[in-house]
Amino acid sequence: MTAKVMTGAKMVVQALKDQGVEVVFGYPGGAVLPIYDEIFQQNDIRHILVRHEQGAVHMAEGYARSTGKVGVALVTSGPGATNAVTGLTDALMDSIPIIVLSGQVPTFMIGTDGFQEADTVGITRPCTKMNWLVKETEKLSDTIHQAFHVAKSGRPGPVLVDIPKDVQFATGPYTAPEKARGSHYQPRVKGDTEAITRMVELMETAERPLFYTGGGVINSGKGASQLLREFVEATGFPITSTLMGLGAYPASGKAWLGMLGMHGLYEANLAMHGCDLMINVGARFDDRITGRVADFSPKSKKVHIDIDPSSINKVIRVDVPILGDVGHILEDALKIWKARGRKVNKDGLAKWWKQINEWRAVNCLSYTPSEKTIKPQYALQRLEALTKGMDRYITTEVGQHQMWAAQFLGFEEPNRWMTSGGLGTMGYGIPASIGVQVAHPEALVINVAGEASWLMNMQEMGTAMQFRAPVKQFIMNNERLGMVRQWQELLHGERYSHSWSESLPDFVKLAEAFGCKGLKVSDPGDLDDAIMEMIRYDGPVIFDCLIEKHENCFPMIPSGKPHNEMLLSADADAFKSGAVLV
Amino acid sequence: MSALKIKKGSTSHSAYDLRDHHSEVEASHTLAVIVENEPGVLARVIGLFSGRGYNIDSLTVAEVDHTGHRSRITVVTRGTPAVIDQIEAQLSRMVPVHAVHDLTAEGPSVQRELALFKVVGKGDQRIEALRLCEIFRAKVVDTSLESFIFELTGTPDKIDAFADLMRPLGLKEIARTGVAALSRGF
Ligand SMILES: Cc1ncc(C[n+]2csc(CCOP(=O)(O)OP(=O)(O)O)c2C)c(N)n1
Ligand SMILES: [Mg+2]
Repeated sequence: MTAKVMTGAKMVVQALKDQGVEVVFGYPGGAVLPIYDEIFQQNDIRHILVRHEQGAVHMAEGYARSTGKVGVALVTSGPGATNAVTGLTDALMDSIPIIVLSGQVPTFMIGTDGFQEADTVGITRPCTKMNWLVKETEKLSDTIHQAFHVAKSGRPGPVLVDIPKDVQFATGPYTAPEKARGSHYQPRVKGDTEAITRMVELMETAERPLFYTGGGVINSGKGASQLLREFVEATGFPITSTLMGLGAYPASGKAWLGMLGMHGLYEANLAMHGCDLMINVGARFDDRITGRVADFSPKSKKVHIDIDPSSINKVIRVDVPILGDVGHILEDALKIWKARGRKVNKDGLAKWWKQINEWRAVNCLSYTPSEKTIKPQYALQRLEALTKGMDRYITTEVGQHQMWAAQFLGFEEPNRWMTSGGLGTMGYGIPASIGVQVAHPEALVINVAGEASWLMNMQEMGTAMQFRAPVKQFIMNNERLGMVRQWQELLHGERYSHSWSESLPDFVKLAEAFGCKGLKVSDPGDLDDAIMEMIRYDGPVIFDCLIEKHENCFPMIPSGKPHNEMLLSADADAFKSGAVLV
Repeated sequence: MSALKIKKGSTSHSAYDLRDHHSEVEASHTLAVIVENEPGVLARVIGLFSGRGYNIDSLTVAEVDHTGHRSRITVVTRGTPAVIDQIEAQLSRMVPVHAVHDLTAEGPSVQRELALFKVVGKGDQRIEALRLCEIFRAKVVDTSLESFIFELTGTPDKIDAFADLMRPLGLKEIARTGVAALSRGF
């Protein structure tokens, strides 16, 4: 059979269909009009018209993270492509598989500073896993298939295909996915058996073992989370996770210590500091996790399971590196551990749990309740209580509310929690929530937001309205750039330089202007009813939750400090006066 | 370099880690990077070095396998053992990179660079330059009554040495290709 001949524009749509794509988030412009023309003439792929290309990319990210599939965004040349840069960088930092297709000026105009010309592959090279400028139509479909392969293989990440307008108009033979050029890019998934056995040996004797898990478990797929759960239950080892890994092990599981890191739980961080065996599963020793590297978990042997060779020994030198896919490695490790007689150091573990339970008793998330103002922690506890057990997905913006959400919301399943971890992108949450909702139309999707972050991409409420995505925008409004204010209070002598949210809009009126529902609550007594009203409303809701303005997020490890120099709420005043730390 | 205790033949892939990873001593390493010969690949490799703050002391690149679409990038870089390991890992995870060889760690290698020297002078200076040219087995590839262009192939050290000698004799310009390198034996 000879390959079908078609235009480049048609190839784009055909390649997406053949890759199983159901939805594309995009925004048209001159350089992608031929592709939009093809989209118009078919019904297999749904197009979600965004309001800003940054929104399109975050939506694709939300879609990808909640489904495990590749998210797709389509943007025009020049400003369309430059607007995609933040989303690409965000996806690179958090290893999210997405494809951005960008239009480009015709090949004969490239380099002439044509209208809406930008060096898109040049600009996006450092923020993509790989990118391509396609100059010939006959290479287009092949390149798009390769792009999918690269985005989802190995450590997932964002890729971009830049398509000049003349390439979209010209015709060429279409390459079907199965005929696409075999890629040499085949990262190793199986772990080295010797190294896995070495890990199992360490697990058999360790007195104070700890699983430290990350986004790699989620990226490896649902099977990896299942294996992790089985391993944790069978060994009785405690487990903590990074911000990115929440949900891989259920929050209700008895071995769960909560999130670790800068705003992680006391018990989780002290367990990291005090363990004698650290099993890092798909996490990357980020600086928000390690604190001061020189004092990081000084007494432990460290195992590191990661699919990316450059993650190993990048920040922390480990004793047993295991290169490969988390799912494959956990499966092998579990087999080997069982075959060797399911051994653990029972006495050591019993003592270790006793110690951990003492740390737990500190109750590090405690806060001073109030009957007058809504404490942010209280708001999230109520949100958790009232939505628990529902088919629920949470996205967040960036700031204090994000950390409180990670502390106070419990995730029982992977792919239920989408937050901008590595890049910390304010403005991520609304579009991500829409992307999630498009993938899961019946689910309850809540964006836990700060008022300042929320404003950064609020135009996407229009997208939510147009495409009937009933996303719930739960804005924890402290009228402050809360996280900035907290650092200024604790580390910059209480000089609050530009950390106010002045001239905020009336969020209820704003909701009305968009045609959705607005709710505003300031009295803790009204909170439950309002949350229920938000959940029950069949459409998007903007929920203005006026919270305590000066609450700080604790525990906190000031950057550059070791884990055991964590601040609890009670220590904060002493810290400010310099009494705790020098 | 010997202060580093790098054992010949050790690589980060061997079962036994023979390098002293806690060493803070920087050493020069020659890496051979085999890449897909596609537009943008060199920029991606160079971008890695600039973006992550690694050094490039010398860089050469050319297609080496036309049918297989392969180019060979030879890069001379400097760093502590941990940094060199990172560079190798960062390079090898790149999508268009087929293989990375640390020629310095993998064993003895042959390193060569070609350089052109324009030397301008008269009388004794000119004679002395020509005499040194013979000693170094450089070639005269252009001459006028008051200038020579010498061509010299050798290790970077040899080229440095020749340049030092030519400087007082009227050295005006140098063009160097950067290092090309292959491991010895097979
Ligand atoms: C795009 C972007 N700009 C700046 C920052 C720095 N930043 C981190 S948190 C924060 C304040 C966020 O305020 P808000 O969204 O109201 O959340 P809160 O901390 O008050 O809960 C700022 C400015 C960022 N993370 N992202
Ligand atoms: Mg705020």
